[in-house]
Amino acid sequence: MTTGHGVAVRAESVSRHYEMGTTLIRAVDDVTLEVHAGEFIALLGSSGSGKSTLLNLMAGLDRPTGGAIFANGKNLSEMNPLELARYRSRTVGMVFQSFNLLPRMTLEENVELPLRLAEVDRGERGQRVQEALERVRLDKRTGHRPSEMSGGEQQRAALARALVNRPTLLFADEPTGNLDSTTGESIMLLLKEIQEKLGMTIVMVTHERPLAERFADRIVSLADGKLVSDGVKS
Amino acid sequence: MRAGDLGELALRNLREAILRNSLTTLGVAVGVASLVAMLSLGVGLQALATKRLSNSGLFDTVIVTQRRNMPGMRRRVPAPAPEKEARELDEDARKEFERLPNVLEVYPQIRFPTEVRYDGNPYSTIVAGVPESARGNGSFDGMQGTFFSGPNADEAILQIELAKELSPQTSSLIGKELIVRYAEREAIPPQSEPGKGGGESADTGGGGFSIVPREKKLRIVGIVETEPAAGFGGFGSGRLLIPLEVASTLRVAQVNDLRDAVRATNKKPSYASLTVRAKSPTQVEGIETAIKDMGFGTFSLLDATRNLRLFFTIFDLLLAIFGSLALAVATLGIINTLVMAILERRREIGILKALGAADRDVKQLFFVEAGVMGLLGGVLGAGLGWFIGKIVTWGTNLYLHRQNLPSAHVFSVPWWLVLGAIAFAVIVSLAAGLYPASRAARLNPVEALRYE
Repeated sequence: MTTGHGVAVRAESVSRHYEMGTTLIRAVDDVTLEVHAGEFIALLGSSGSGKSTLLNLMAGLDRPTGGAIFANGKNLSEMNPLELARYRSRTVGMVFQSFNLLPRMTLEENVELPLRLAEVDRGERGQRVQEALERVRLDKRTGHRPSEMSGGEQQRAALARALVNRPTLLFADEPTGNLDSTTGESIMLLLKEIQEKLGMTIVMVTHERPLAERFADRIVSLADGKLVSDGVKS
Repeated sequence: MRAGDLGELALRNLREAILRNSLTTLGVAVGVASLVAMLSLGVGLQALATKRLSNSGLFDTVIVTQRRNMPGMRRRVPAPAPEKEARELDEDARKEFERLPNVLEVYPQIRFPTEVRYDGNPYSTIVAGVPESARGNGSFDGMQGTFFSGPNADEAILQIELAKELSPQTSSLIGKELIVRYAEREAIPPQSEPGKGGGESADTGGGGFSIVPREKKLRIVGIVETEPAAGFGGFGSGRLLIPLEVASTLRVAQVNDLRDAVRATNKKPSYASLTVRAKSPTQVEGIETAIKDMGFGTFSLLDATRNLRLFFTIFDLLLAIFGSLALAVATLGIINTLVMAILERRREIGILKALGAADRDVKQLFFVEAGVMGLLGGVLGAGLGWFIGKIVTWGTNLYLHRQNLPSAHVFSVPWWLVLGAIAFAVIVSLAAGLYPASRAARLNPVEALRYE
């Protein structure tokens, strides 16, 4: 599932520039980064540093304007829209700051949604959903809608949804940003557990250095779209 | 995404904005209903006219006359292509016509002016012979009383104008008797010439004929309020209608008897004209050609049939265009609803894409939603159109009844129209969903996820 050298994702001189009127915004500017298989990386930086943009590029949600991103040895920039959608569906799991659960669906339906998109057989879906919900300890809340759950529960539900297709890469964009510190910590513990038990590669965007230092294997700092530090935590 | 999942998600989305989607679907339904109602009216009127006209014998009839050369009547023209020799329109010819393929019946037209006596008073009128085939062809729909009990019954059907002359209480006439006075043609045996023995049979005309006044008692069995449609030169213009067989046995002197008396003929009685009825209007052309080839003159309303079809085709087209206007407005409603849905569900589209939905999946989702609205609108609209048709038919018949006219089915909703309207609604809805669906599919997931 990873590249031959144990690299899950590699960004090579990646840039993402936007034009806003006559101004050129360099959201990500010439960043080179390797994420190893099974690694838990925290992308740290202040608001506007480009960490979420870099995460979106690695998750195949956006395309770079310069450089290239390789995942499992394949250049995402060279993929057509359908291949990129398949990459997001089968290789990537995404967790967002604002959970992004569909409010009209129950917990079970939300978690089942990626299975529908990946065209997984109906007979297999129930067991996969149950498995994902058990992993985040929400298997007793299947019929509840997001509005009937706490923030922490919603984020756990989002995590279950990200895991249900058994991806190898988990991208989390400020997963604790909307949660209190205790709940945030429980989510981080869950992410760590997933990394250790499933051997998943996790890339997490955060601006909370203490959390990053406590749970991530490696902290990569960005500022103004550039990579300013990359090191295994002490 | 699989079709089943696509359908489930589309229905779920439609249920979520049920009021707006219902109103849009209702818009489609009104459009389809308008289309169905308009076309049903066209189809109904066409069926009504066709039935009436085909019953009338206008379009399935060939009038056969003897071909004649009348020098001095026409401008001299260069010698035409050689034609078959003109033949006498006699009983032999009639039998030949009956043997032609697709010929339903052949009968002479018998119509003569005469005097009837009723209740001791004389009345001038025109008597016409009615063939037995008129019994079930709708010409006498809505009549008072009954049709003739048999082809040889000494019975009469009165046209309402004559009936009013005979008695102000027309219904009281049924069952009463009247007397027809007419001029019978009685053959005169040829005078024996020296050296010749015997003579021609009575009615071969060899020796001419005399006119003898006769009377015939007839029982009134029915009254027709409208002039029965009976084709050109048919019995429709008769005021006193009697069975054709009875009219034939009266041997009333006709105009062509005089002609036969002064012209050398084949010594057999001939007809002024014969009516040849085809099994269907489409077979008229073949029969007409065959009869012409036999050496007779013919006349039919073949061109009129073609013109009638052309008229109804254009009429239906215009009705369809007007009916489609409402559907065009409904199409704009679908586009509006789906574009609004994109704005509302922008974030949801972003989430779907982040979870692995391809552009194609998003496009199909919107397509299915548009298609479902079209299908439901189509089914509802077809039902509504049918219902409108029923109401209009009911209202029309109520009005006709008050005007003392027979009822008519002005609406006809054939199954092909229902299926066609539903299919059209789905196609139009899918076309309306094209722009919103491709717009939704093109949404950038990152931008869509940022949307609040």
